[in-house]
Amino acid sequence: MIVWTFLLAAAMTGIAFYIGLARASALRVPAGPQFHSLPAYQGLYLASGALTALAAGWLLSVLIAGQASVVVPVATVLAGAAAIAALYPRIGSSFRARNVFEKFLLVVLFACSAVAILTTAGIVFSVLFESIRFFALVSPFEFLFGTQWSPTADPPSFGILPLLAGTFLITLIAILVAGPLGLLSAIYMAEYASPRLRGVLKPVLEMLAGVPTVVLGFFAALTVAPWIRDGGEALGFSVASESALAAGLVMGMMIVPLISSLSDDIINAVPQTLRDGSYAIGATKSETIKRVVLPAALPGIASAFMLAISRAVGETMIVVMAAGLAANLSFNPLEAVTTITVQIATLLVGDQEFDSAKTLSAFALGFVLFLFTLTLNFIALRVVQRYRQQYD
Amino acid sequence: MTDTFVRSDPKLVAKRYRAERRFRAYGLGALALTGVFLAFLLADIVVKGWPAFVEHRALLTVSLDAASFNAAEPLKGDYETLVRDKFRERFPEAASRADRKKLLSLLSVGAAEDLRDMVMADPSLIGRELTVPVLLSADADLYFKGTGTGVDEKQTAWLEDLKSKGEIESGIAWRFFASGDSREPELAGIRGALTGSLLTVFVALALSLPLGVAAAIYLEEFAPKNRFTDLIEVNINNLAAVPSIIFGLLGLAVFLNFFGLPRSAALAGGLVLALLVLPTIIIASRAALSAVPPSIKEAALGVGASHQQAVFHHVLPLALPGILTGTILGVARALGETAPLLMIGMVAFIVDVPGGFTEAATVLPVQIFLWADLPEIAFQSKTAAAIIVLMVVLILLNAVAIYLRKRFERRW
Repeated sequence: MIVWTFLLAAAMTGIAFYIGLARASALRVPAGPQFHSLPAYQGLYLASGALTALAAGWLLSVLIAGQASVVVPVATVLAGAAAIAALYPRIGSSFRARNVFEKFLLVVLFACSAVAILTTAGIVFSVLFESIRFFALVSPFEFLFGTQWSPTADPPSFGILPLLAGTFLITLIAILVAGPLGLLSAIYMAEYASPRLRGVLKPVLEMLAGVPTVVLGFFAALTVAPWIRDGGEALGFSVASESALAAGLVMGMMIVPLISSLSDDIINAVPQTLRDGSYAIGATKSETIKRVVLPAALPGIASAFMLAISRAVGETMIVVMAAGLAANLSFNPLEAVTTITVQIATLLVGDQEFDSAKTLSAFALGFVLFLFTLTLNFIALRVVQRYRQQYD
Repeated sequence: MTDTFVRSDPKLVAKRYRAERRFRAYGLGALALTGVFLAFLLADIVVKGWPAFVEHRALLTVSLDAASFNAAEPLKGDYETLVRDKFRERFPEAASRADRKKLLSLLSVGAAEDLRDMVMADPSLIGRELTVPVLLSADADLYFKGTGTGVDEKQTAWLEDLKSKGEIESGIAWRFFASGDSREPELAGIRGALTGSLLTVFVALALSLPLGVAAAIYLEEFAPKNRFTDLIEVNINNLAAVPSIIFGLLGLAVFLNFFGLPRSAALAGGLVLALLVLPTIIIASRAALSAVPPSIKEAALGVGASHQQAVFHHVLPLALPGILTGTILGVARALGETAPLLMIGMVAFIVDVPGGFTEAATVLPVQIFLWADLPEIAFQSKTAAAIIVLMVVLILLNAVAIYLRKRFERRW
């Protein structure tokens, strides 16, 4: 039904365009008055009018009669036809159809760009409302300071601290891997690599960035984790098969391209005059990089790290596949820990009951995650922006 | 006047040069390590996944007597009993109940389906004796691939007997691309997941491309510099960095619970992915639009075009290759995305290939996630094979994007 209504509306819009075009073409005679707008614009004018009426008719009839009603397509088509009939007489030589149509188009373009705001609002409200329902069942104090997370136990307990600890641990490992690797790669790419070498290295990093996280998760769970377990046991450590180390290492490799490409841009934005000044007083290239370029690029690099942290905290598939499920308040990288994203995913896969604290707790976790990443992103993006302007 | 020129200590210079070389080596080492990781990842997946593209079949001679198989209704015949009986006859030594069970477990539960399909396609086979390949079970298949541990001594002897008499054939496992998901590793395929991915990405692209390009045009060309425009820009930049799982929560709360879209369907998944890749497309399109030099637009304005005519007739066509490149990269991202789709129920076990946007579907990355969780060893190889397919598609998409960039890139 809804598909047919849309097809009908699309057809009517097309017809409206054609009617306008034909009418204007018929009116435009060689000896007649000069037209303000081309015939195509007269058609577009009629089509845009029809489209607006169709949309309004559809929306109103759905709100009044309900989606499945037969009234909907009828009312929609009638509204469109009425609009065509009402606007048709205006077509003529002195009518400024182009200006009206351009105003319409501008509104449409504006509405499209406002979708970004709607999305953010949608995220905030969907997460916020369910979180409020959750906090009606569980006190925020227990949520924020509890050291037990077992939503399926009886009685359930919802203390976020073990999840925060696990998230922190895995993120820390990831950043310890990705930070040096990404930064050194970026320095080499920006300062040392010849254009040809750059042409080879950049696609390699882009390819790593393009590997889906589910693939990295598979690799972490089935290849890296067994190695670490066997290696650790050979050295005499007892290593959990879902150790934080395996998930953290692979996540670190995932973030290397992010840090390196952001840092690369930032290092390239440092003006050449700073480097030339350093070379002129006899510094070597590495001394220039360490004492001049990096300090100048520091705020940008710091924000690149913040974006990387936000990415690591929000990453889901690697940890769902390679990290543990049970909450464990531990900072030992050889033990299995769980993260916020793992819990959101496991709580919402399968049965969902929107009146139980178990399902709602996933939204509360989502709220925490969203607030945390939003803060990091906001600060980092601000810094990057300000920093770019400074040297532009 | 004294000599103010300080001659540097040669030892110090040598030390500084060593530090220089060391620092350079660190950089190269970091890049090499990253490259090695990527190479190892790809090699590991290819090695694991390669065997799944090959399957082993036993050659069995069966006679389709006209008494029990009717050419008019070939579907009605009991092919399963026929194949099982013939296979038992082949090994008369397996007489005890337990042995017969072991013997039959070497055949796939779908072993008779190929024969049935053959007869369906050509009913004239009925009444003739013919040698047909019947699919082996995953354990037997793994035995021939040299990685199996699921067969015992007796089964090994039977399989070796078949092999030594040339009654085993191996071939490309086309059914991996032709069938949907299954509980049996040897029968499971990715057609359902591939179709689901196609439907989902189609919805995502159909929505996010027009929306994204329109938003980019507005922000780049028409937006007044005011607070509201700033707010939109900040929003887009932040959305690009919001974790994908949050979009899953949005989809669950808004699209499923509020608007009541069907769960597990490509429509809901596509909507979520559209919102997810929208910032990527907007940012790429804006970059492409701003790369078009203002002189083009000014020339159009100079000869009397309206602002919109200048943008739509002159700036947009020149920015199109860049927009396309960004869009392809957005599609690649949508194709590899898993986490938000878990939230909206696209993780169900679905055997049928989805036929529409509102039917229950799964996508390739989610299929990979589901298979990776299964305990059977044979599924590990299937998982890696599905990853190979996904990676090949992604690499092709990226190659197209790079080609477009190279082919149409203009330096103004």
